[in-house]
Amino acid sequence: MAVTTYIQAINQALAEEMARDPLTFVMGEDVVLSAFGATKGLIDKFGPTRVRNTPIAEAGFVGAAVGAAMAGTRPICEVEFASFFYCAFDQVCNQAAKLRYMSGGQARMPITFRCVYGAMGGAAAQHSETVYAQFLSVAGLKLVVPSNPSDMKGLLKSAIRDDNPVIVFEHGALGGHREEIPAGEHLVPLGKAAVKRVGEHVTVVAIGAMVPRALKVADRLAKENISVEVVDPRTLIPLDEDTILSSVEKTNRAVVFDEGHLRGGAATDIAALIGEKGFDFLDGPVRRVTTLDVPIPFSPPLEKAALANEARLEAAIRELVGR
Amino acid sequence: MDLGKDLLLDMYRSMTRIRLFETKVRDLATANEIPGFVHVSIGEEASATGVCAALRKTDRITSTHRGHSHLIAKGGRLDRMMAELFGKRTGYCKGKGGSMHIVDFSLGILGANGIVGAGLPIATGSALAAVIAGTEDVTACFFGDGASNEGTFHESLNLAAVWKLPVVFVCENNGFGEFTPMRTVTSVKDIAVRAKAYDIPGHIVDGNDVLEVYRYASEAVARARAGEGPTLLECKTYRWEGHVVGEQAFLGAASYRTEQEVNEWKARCPLIRFDKFAAESGKISVTDLQRIKQETEVELEAAIKFARESPLPDASEVTEDVFT
Repeated sequence: MAVTTYIQAINQALAEEMARDPLTFVMGEDVVLSAFGATKGLIDKFGPTRVRNTPIAEAGFVGAAVGAAMAGTRPICEVEFASFFYCAFDQVCNQAAKLRYMSGGQARMPITFRCVYGAMGGAAAQHSETVYAQFLSVAGLKLVVPSNPSDMKGLLKSAIRDDNPVIVFEHGALGGHREEIPAGEHLVPLGKAAVKRVGEHVTVVAIGAMVPRALKVADRLAKENISVEVVDPRTLIPLDEDTILSSVEKTNRAVVFDEGHLRGGAATDIAALIGEKGFDFLDGPVRRVTTLDVPIPFSPPLEKAALANEARLEAAIRELVGR
Repeated sequence: MDLGKDLLLDMYRSMTRIRLFETKVRDLATANEIPGFVHVSIGEEASATGVCAALRKTDRITSTHRGHSHLIAKGGRLDRMMAELFGKRTGYCKGKGGSMHIVDFSLGILGANGIVGAGLPIATGSALAAVIAGTEDVTACFFGDGASNEGTFHESLNLAAVWKLPVVFVCENNGFGEFTPMRTVTSVKDIAVRAKAYDIPGHIVDGNDVLEVYRYASEAVARARAGEGPTLLECKTYRWEGHVVGEQAFLGAASYRTEQEVNEWKARCPLIRFDKFAAESGKISVTDLQRIKQETEVELEAAIKFARESPLPDASEVTEDVFT
């Protein structure tokens, strides 16, 4: 066990997987010097053929990752900020996601896309958005949202080994989070949720950076004997429905806590799942605590007002348990 | 360049397969035996054939919505292509792709594509894969004049030039993007001059002369294989048929070109050009050409029979092939 930050966990996963498979390579915006540190030093270990700075041309280099994957290599493609995916929507949604199906299973598409998402404070709407919902209804993509260093390392390694296109969403505010992570080979399978805290009275399904916040709220409420179970889906596609539903079966109450938007969002999707398949377990309505349906504002008080936060989560839990 | 008889006959066979296949597909689509949107390449046989003749079997291509010609030229099977057009389980994509999405990885065909300009970055990435994997494979990227106005064209040429990737960009300039004349929406008369912006060679090629296409393509492929980077070829050509089979249903009485223009280009038919060359060269006999035409007719009839008699997919297959 070694204490590792979220960013270091990414770096370790990349270095280990690149050492393991010579057809794996990293491409993207500023991956040589690495703005956030995730790819720092890879150039020294693996050289310029396998660590490539791209021009700031998302459609071009994301599309190139698609071609490189189809032609037998295993690209790890960094799109610096998740909102930049909008510049490469065709390449992700029409090409990477669909070509396996459209070719009757001939195409193999082992691409891992990495991106920083979420609000980090004062970055405004084009550098703060939580965009995974935009990909939820595109069939053919896997979506991974790690909430801590250990999951990040294990999930990213699984994503790289996966023969399908996987987008790994790295929350910008989690970069410095540190914890001990298992030594040696550490893989976390895609499609397996984790119960991050066991509780009895209410299930909070928290996504990505909302997981540590949900755990804080759970700590506080425990002092009042309100027992909160925190479930981290870890991957939105595939989604571990069983773990979510089993938890709700036990607690009979559910809140979904997500930094994404409400309308058409991941929280809405998961709430619908619980409503449809877990209706008989429920003692009350499924609550969704999300960011307001506005672009993320720049000014601190506005940003704070827009984002999903602990106070709103606590209020939703109190309302459900009646305390 | 002195071309051997076998190569010449192969190119003639390729152009004949394209012409006969496309003519039949047009008729079957008009008769509603083939569903969906169908774009045929009649009149554009030489560019696909000349380029693919310069490639090895292990080399790769990307294609377009008007892609049957490229797939055939790279060695695609007419029976599995036709079955795919019919939406049959025996088609190249098990009926999940259709006319605009045929793929054959065993022949290096990374696929036709329904999105204009989508093949450019994919071809660039395929060329990057050759560098990463350390192989000698070259990728040829077919696209139209319309795609040269897409951002992906410019991003791909820049990226391929910066990384000196083994890719040949082949613009088939047939003069129209759907129903819009290229000259009314394009800043340059010749797409080839856009190569200058990326500091790579760009050549204007008579796209209806298969021998000229082959010469330019061979040079560009050799350059790519030697690690000297990409080339842009602009093959000037023309499509005899509409943008899409049955386009009059969309256009009504309107038209976007004159009958005279179409006839002028028909006079420059790539196959007639080749017949003339064959007669003058003395290398190839009329009997050779007739034999190839007859063999292709037999192949095509068998392909249609195969497509008609093949089973449709079962509804249970709908969820297969999303993920590995």
